[in-house]
Amino acid sequence: MAAKTQTWYRPHIISNPALRWVLALGIGVYLAAAIGTLDINWSRVAEGWPRAQRFFSGFMPPDFFSRGDAILDGLLESLWMTVAATALGVLISVPVAIGGARNVSPVPVYLFCRSLMAVSRAFHEVLLAIFFVKLFGFGPFAGVATLTMATVGFYAKLLAEDIESISVAQSEAIRATGAGWLQWLDYAIRPQARPRAIGLAMYRLDINFRESAIIGIVGAGGIGATLNTAFDRYEFDTAAAILLIIIGIVMAAEYMSGHIRKAVQ
Amino acid sequence: MPVSRDSHGPVWRQRTRAGDLATWFAWLTGLAVVAICLSFISDKTIWEFVWSAPREAADLGSRMIPPDWTYSTQLWRPLWDTFNIATLGTAIALGVSVPVAFCAARNTTPSTKLVRPIALFVIAASRSINSLIWALLLVVIVGPGVFAGVLAIAFRSIGFCGKLLYEAIEEIEVSPVEAVTATGASSGQILTYGVVPQIMPAFAGISVFRWDINIRESTILGLVGAGGIGLQLNASINNLDWSRVAVILIAILLTVIISEWLSAKIRRALS
Repeated sequence: MAAKTQTWYRPHIISNPALRWVLALGIGVYLAAAIGTLDINWSRVAEGWPRAQRFFSGFMPPDFFSRGDAILDGLLESLWMTVAATALGVLISVPVAIGGARNVSPVPVYLFCRSLMAVSRAFHEVLLAIFFVKLFGFGPFAGVATLTMATVGFYAKLLAEDIESISVAQSEAIRATGAGWLQWLDYAIRPQARPRAIGLAMYRLDINFRESAIIGIVGAGGIGATLNTAFDRYEFDTAAAILLIIIGIVMAAEYMSGHIRKAVQ
Repeated sequence: MPVSRDSHGPVWRQRTRAGDLATWFAWLTGLAVVAICLSFISDKTIWEFVWSAPREAADLGSRMIPPDWTYSTQLWRPLWDTFNIATLGTAIALGVSVPVAFCAARNTTPSTKLVRPIALFVIAASRSINSLIWALLLVVIVGPGVFAGVLAIAFRSIGFCGKLLYEAIEEIEVSPVEAVTATGASSGQILTYGVVPQIMPAFAGISVFRWDINIRESTILGLVGAGGIGLQLNASINNLDWSRVAVILIAILLTVIISEWLSAKIRRALS
């Protein structure tokens, strides 16, 4: 009797076939609906290429020097804003993160801190900047306020999650020595959260610099303000130079912060 | 173990004296740098405007409250557009970032000398330019509207997804790949049976994570004309129609919180 040949198939990611088909169908229907309502103006898109050429020829060659002073000024302002906002943000974040960790704080404090994080995370930096510019006037002060608030939303949330995932054994060992609550924080929580706290601060420094290039467009100072001025004056060659500088600094910062994070962790 | 002595005997210390000094010096330097930065900021600030902030805030609050709830019925279409910008943008980015990531990962790239640096450059360039700047450029090229927003989100996300994905590919276990290779599989089969199953969880996690970020980014693209709820926000701000701005902000807040909750839930189910 001939042996029956069997073929092996890879297991599916979603093992339930009904769920699999419903999901596939749902995605299909959504894509049809979404693409149907995109309203792409194809004749306008077709004009895109010559327009892009004209646009980019305005960028060429990038002009680093005729507005060199303004560019340098904007860059330094961005740098001051980034450092100040990251430091202030971290300073505010630490208590908020401790309050937002469920294994450390009572429920009312936890809920309050978590909702604080949710609100400061929900709004994009540019939206925050629009409002802070309205309140504090144009300039770097509004920028620092924006970046500080954005830092709190990001840093406090991730730090709180890190505190929640600390090893229980160490925290119980410190408790067992009869340590008070503050001593417990200092000797059980702080050493465990420290590497992540430093890594996150480096990461946020990097993000804040990038964002400082954007929020200037709505008036919150920094290199973004210089970029916006260049666009408004149709000095596209200067704008190209600023964009290139931003890309260069972001790449360098990312390379460096990657190394620092690797060294700390 | 660092120990110091006092009149009662040895006392445990967290650090040695040199360690203590180094820590204090690091804190001192850090504080000095921050103080210098703050003084520069303060020089460039017009403090009269800052002091008037409470009055401005009260004024703004009185204009925003009560929010113009009747306007919320007109927000469904912009919200749908915002959702589509984020979702379609993420989908396109994922489609492009998969081959880019395979070219950038050291263990799967076809050539380390030529293809890998190009792939790494694509990732870095896409990551360095904020989606708002991408949108600014794309609105000029493809015209204002949702399509420019979708492309802006996609261009920005290629680098993000590509970077995380290629790091996941570089961290895979070698043994399944060797086992599949030992069966005489072709290089395509090695990829689909040895590598892809190992990175599927990372891939799913990355896509949901980026989608959640993109929802937030797509709420502002309208400020430069690239579609979504930002268009309505910009119009209302320009018309000084603050009671409508309040409604839009509440809509954005709810959308972002729901998407973040959804993304956290999916990621927890995946891991």
